[in-house]
Amino acid sequence: MTSKAILVLEDGRTFHGSAYGAVGETFGEAVFTTGMTGYQETLTDPSFHRQVVVQTAPQIGNTGVNGEDDESDRIWVAGYVVRDPARRPSNWRSTGDLGDRLAAEGVVGISGVDTRALTRHLRERGAMRAGISSLDLDPKELQQRVLAQPQMLGADLSAQVTTGDRYTVKAEGEHRYTVAALDLGIKRNVSRRLAARGVTTHIFPASSSIEDLLAVSPDAVFFSPGPGDPATADGPVALAREVMRRRVPLFGICFGSQILGRALGFGTYKLGYGHRGINQPVFDKTTGKVEVTSHNHGFAVDAPIGERIDTEFGGVEVSHVCLNDNVVEGLRGLEVPAFTVQYHPEAAAGPHDADYLFDRFVDLVEKKG
Amino acid sequence: MPKRDDIKHVMVIGSGPIVIGQACEFDYSGTQACQVLRAEGIRVSLVNSNPATIMTDPEFADATYVEPITGEFVELVIARERPDAILPTLGGQTALNTAIALHESGVLEKYGVELIGANVEAIRKGEDRQLFKDIVAKAGGETPRSRVCHSMDEVRETVAEIGLPVVIRPSFTMGGLGSGMAHTSEDLDRIAGSGLAASPVHEVLIEESVLGWKEYELELMRDKHDNVVVVCSIENIDPMGVHTGDSVTVAPAMTLTDREYQKLRDLGIAVLREVGVDTGGCNIQFAINPDDGRMIVIEMNPRVSRSSALASKATGFPIAKIAAKLAIGYTLDEIPNDITLKTPAAFEPALDYVVVKIPRFAFEKFPGADKELTTTMKSVGEAMSLGRNFAEALNKAMRSMETKAAGFWTAPTFTDVDEALEALRIPHDGRLYTVEAALRLGATVEQVHQASGRIDPWFLDEIQALVDLRAEILASPVLDAELLRRAKRSGLSDKQLAALRPELAGEDGVRVLRHRLGIRPVYKTVDTCAAEFQANTPYHYSSYDEETEVAPSDRPKVLILGSGPNRIGQGIEFDYSCVHAVQALRAVDFETVMVNCNPETVSTDYDTADRLYFEPLTFEDVLEVFHAEDSSGKAAGGPGVIGVIVQLGGQTPLGLANRLKAAGLPIVGTSPESIDLAEDRGLFGTLLAENGLRSPDHGTATSFGEAKAIADSIGYPVLVRPSYVLGGRGMEIVYDEPTLRGYIERATEISPDHPVLVDRFLDDAIEIDVDALCDATGEVYLGGVMEHIEEAGIHSGDSACSLPPINLAAPHIAEVRRYTEALARGIGVRGLMNVQYALKDEALYVLEANPRASRTVPFVSKATAVPLAKAAARIMLGATIAELRAEGMLLPSGDGGATPPGAPIAIKEAVLPFKRFRTLAGNNVDSLLSPEMKSTGEVMGIDAGFGQAFAKSQAAAYGSLPTSGKVFVSVANRDKRSMIFPVKRLADLGFTIVTTSGTGEVLRRYGIECEIVPKHYEDPSKKNAVELILAGEIALIINTPQGSGASARLDGYEIRSAAVTADVPSITTVPGAAAAVMGIEALRAGDMTVRPLQELHKLLRGDLA
Repeated sequence: MTSKAILVLEDGRTFHGSAYGAVGETFGEAVFTTGMTGYQETLTDPSFHRQVVVQTAPQIGNTGVNGEDDESDRIWVAGYVVRDPARRPSNWRSTGDLGDRLAAEGVVGISGVDTRALTRHLRERGAMRAGISSLDLDPKELQQRVLAQPQMLGADLSAQVTTGDRYTVKAEGEHRYTVAALDLGIKRNVSRRLAARGVTTHIFPASSSIEDLLAVSPDAVFFSPGPGDPATADGPVALAREVMRRRVPLFGICFGSQILGRALGFGTYKLGYGHRGINQPVFDKTTGKVEVTSHNHGFAVDAPIGERIDTEFGGVEVSHVCLNDNVVEGLRGLEVPAFTVQYHPEAAAGPHDADYLFDRFVDLVEKKG
Repeated sequence: MPKRDDIKHVMVIGSGPIVIGQACEFDYSGTQACQVLRAEGIRVSLVNSNPATIMTDPEFADATYVEPITGEFVELVIARERPDAILPTLGGQTALNTAIALHESGVLEKYGVELIGANVEAIRKGEDRQLFKDIVAKAGGETPRSRVCHSMDEVRETVAEIGLPVVIRPSFTMGGLGSGMAHTSEDLDRIAGSGLAASPVHEVLIEESVLGWKEYELELMRDKHDNVVVVCSIENIDPMGVHTGDSVTVAPAMTLTDREYQKLRDLGIAVLREVGVDTGGCNIQFAINPDDGRMIVIEMNPRVSRSSALASKATGFPIAKIAAKLAIGYTLDEIPNDITLKTPAAFEPALDYVVVKIPRFAFEKFPGADKELTTTMKSVGEAMSLGRNFAEALNKAMRSMETKAAGFWTAPTFTDVDEALEALRIPHDGRLYTVEAALRLGATVEQVHQASGRIDPWFLDEIQALVDLRAEILASPVLDAELLRRAKRSGLSDKQLAALRPELAGEDGVRVLRHRLGIRPVYKTVDTCAAEFQANTPYHYSSYDEETEVAPSDRPKVLILGSGPNRIGQGIEFDYSCVHAVQALRAVDFETVMVNCNPETVSTDYDTADRLYFEPLTFEDVLEVFHAEDSSGKAAGGPGVIGVIVQLGGQTPLGLANRLKAAGLPIVGTSPESIDLAEDRGLFGTLLAENGLRSPDHGTATSFGEAKAIADSIGYPVLVRPSYVLGGRGMEIVYDEPTLRGYIERATEISPDHPVLVDRFLDDAIEIDVDALCDATGEVYLGGVMEHIEEAGIHSGDSACSLPPINLAAPHIAEVRRYTEALARGIGVRGLMNVQYALKDEALYVLEANPRASRTVPFVSKATAVPLAKAAARIMLGATIAELRAEGMLLPSGDGGATPPGAPIAIKEAVLPFKRFRTLAGNNVDSLLSPEMKSTGEVMGIDAGFGQAFAKSQAAAYGSLPTSGKVFVSVANRDKRSMIFPVKRLADLGFTIVTTSGTGEVLRRYGIECEIVPKHYEDPSKKNAVELILAGEIALIINTPQGSGASARLDGYEIRSAAVTADVPSITTVPGAAAAVMGIEALRAGDMTVRPLQELHKLLRGDLA
């Protein structure tokens, strides 16, 4: 018999369930993700730092966990909410049980929750702070502790997720280019996708200076995805401006995209409940094609769609939009060699439709060279 | 990029009769396509020979041709309609094959017709085995090692290389017809031999066995900009080796990591692009080695398929509708998502529930048929369920099957673990029951995994969890709220719980306890997006979760109960009537609420009713839906549910009528008491006697002694059957006492509650079917009077019939009217009633009266231009026949009992599935017709004359009647006299008559030239009849069985079996032969024409108006 647990949102809505993973108490911003596959990638994605993740897919843990699918070296989610965890995993690559791993890494979760009701609540009222407890089952008291937690708006989290020391991921096969990547919460598959194209990636701590990056003589610079409010990321924004000023090719993903947006002079804002899932249709305005993509963002860039925008780095245009809600999903410099996307071409988890963007990045480097 | 403006007229081809492998999912897809195209302002002409479809309702197309789907007839339609384009991807393999044939014969070019939604090259690449292998390789995938063979020599050579076992797949057949797995060289000879014969291009693929691998399907869509989305992934619980149509399947895939799933997706998309499917849907099947993840592409269908219908219902993404829009030029990003309205169709649905589909089999209809599940599809229907977890969905699907077992522990099963494990080795219907038994009896998940040919341990553990839960329920001192809630969250029914806790006094006791504890289901919504966006379509399923999503509404609601999984005897015809009820009641502002669990149907399209509940049709599930709708309606200040319709969905809802009424539900239409009256021999007998209506002498028996006494008094032959059946289940004509004894012994369920009915059988009578309406004032409206072409004794569902009844005179009709009116009033029918009569020696006998919609309602409605089911639904909610006449729904005066002069003749013909079934020894099952229904579907032939109409019905059902060649004739002694005339006529028309010595002797005396061949057991030196048939030398067979009862069954079996194998039309009755001769004459006259239903209906209604 598993022990009971509760989940309380900051507005007091309470869900009852059973403890899943570690027994304890945890807090974070409650967000839902609609991906039907890829829970291991989700859990280990640093962008979920300080978030309590609700899986809308009801059966979780079916394939267990394995040594290959982590996107970083630990589980990052602050808490995990599922409906029906698997009793036993089944997959030829499985090396363990998900519940066991959550417990081993001290991740507090809750199962048996009406995740659909919770998702509808978050959809209608927006992402909000939440707490899960399998220690104290009094909702009122837990709500008080939830309300004492910091908001995601205004949170500067890069320092908490970035690498301590620079490290390198070598190109597969023949080395063609060198990329300096600023780690704001990078996922492993980014460097793998680059390596597959002959790129050696040096991954730098978030606090690195332009001189640090230039020390490896990069052919291009990459700004990684990551957690937190982009409005707080003044350091990386200044760095992006330095990169553009030097006309070093620049590519950013997700948080990195918001950094570039700010560097170009745009604002960012918090979405009601964000885009989190692997089925989001993005329209590429340059090709007129639709790609089904992996998303994980609670903030977005505020830029006008369908026009040339003049910035201090020359003309810029919105290159990609989400067809569901017209949110800006990509920016492209018309003069400066920089482009970014708000979603995840590296997928993991998710479809590979946007993998071509890594080719575009390499092409940009090639042209520049 | 908007739609193409050069396409102003599209022809849609349907899939024809319901057969195994091609069922009403194509009515669902075709109906959607017609609606979409017309909404775009495009003229639609439609060809489909199946009158029981919604798509052939005249309002769904501009010109509806209920004509055979053959090259000849479709060309006639093209010549008359001159469409700009043909959309052939929504009518299954039939439509696709017909379109290809028209392309190859140059007809499309001749009339300047473009194929849209498919191109011939892509179809060929998808279906040609060798081309497909090359394409998969180019796309970076693997296929099983294999070779395409055109002869048995090539087959043996290939197997020498690959080794046994191998899979045999004939090219260009549907539903895996003719395919199978060969473990021995004998298997190989048999399966590959018939596979070569079944393939229209005499081609089979011999392939490395991937038996036991995990099996997956993806449903994809592509638009002209090369945007591709994966609508749904489906995982088969039954590993490779069982046809996917016969497998228990789950959506979305349950046991793949994202990496593996994305690999599947990448490869699927690459194959789709490489094949070059222009626009529309396609389905790709994969196998994955459970040991190392090696992935293999099995096949693809470049069209909307059975799985597409399932995927559409499972996700809320309407594949056929979108495919039709893509075909006329739209792109995915331009099409809005129906359910959210705000987001586009260019996305991939996210599910926050689990879907389980279970196939429904009908082996009980084919005694002797081999029940092993193989790569040849044998199921006749399916049910689908949704739940918030796998266990809930699985248990709901299991109780949706309409079989004796209604979920685990509701029927006896194995008691010995070794026997259960042994039984798992051969895939069979209900295998999950065996899995549960094995686990419960102590087998481990690993043992069951191995024994079952490697069902994935995750699924097995889910069943193990149910076994553990069962133990907890059994061991618990009381069934407390916590445990009961857990049981319900695992999908267990009250009935299952009652089986475990007898002290609760049955299902009712469990329900009372459950309601007292406040444990009721909530209703969630299928919204394509896992709640990310607001849904605007009330497509619901139940779950024992926290929050319900039923929107309050104060409109008066009507609940319509559907018919559940298709099976022989209860198919698409009942769904048709339910859909019509919805349409009729929506039109007069009732809020319609549909309850059904069959994913193939139009009724479970979320567009059909105002609200859709995808739920099992059990008492418990229906009661909860009623409660949810009624209480939310009343809470909103409305009247709630004011009516529940049980009369239109066949036996499934009818069987619930009494209990629902007792539970306080407002059953509308004929009352459950009246329904009982029609079934109760005593009450019904009194009714007949009071009104001076004749019926065959009969009695009711609960033992052999009683049955024998009755038979002795009324005389043999007798017709015996269990009470309360549909489709003639268990019905037999018994000619002698030993057979009667055998029948009673086999009828294990015989009891005072379930007696056996024994009737005098009227030999050589004309059988008549009547569909009639009766309202609360007692006015009776004859919908149609049908005359069976075969004599009485063959189930009406298997018999061809004609409307108007060609041989009946006015006094006969008047007598039929008198009888029908007396019956309808006496029973108290409010709505539809079907009566079967026999006319023998000028006397009319009542065979049976069923106060419900019958199988013939759609046929009659189309043949007479009167929507009977719509009228019935209105009558059930209080309208009178007079009002409906005034409205124009019914004819202003007169009725279907009198057709106007010059009215066309409509012939209904049944389609039989004998080709699908083999005995254990590998022989065909017998194709002889009997009182037990065996057909899966029907067609209609309609034309000015009987001959033309009959010829069309045959062409639509079996392929054309021959116009020249050899006719093999072998008839029973009693038939020799009546057979002279038709056979003479065939000889006069230039056919060569081939016969056996007995029949030949008689024919020669009448001066009919004939070739005599030996019977297969007579003279081994000469080519016998069976060999001639198998060699394709015979164009038509007329063979009536000698003797009666069991001996008739044996006589001619070899010939009928050969006819089935060689696909030669085979006639087994004298009237059938006469009709065929008239059909042949019409064909030879060469004046076949086609006319749309709209025109025929104008004629039918105009003449009477």
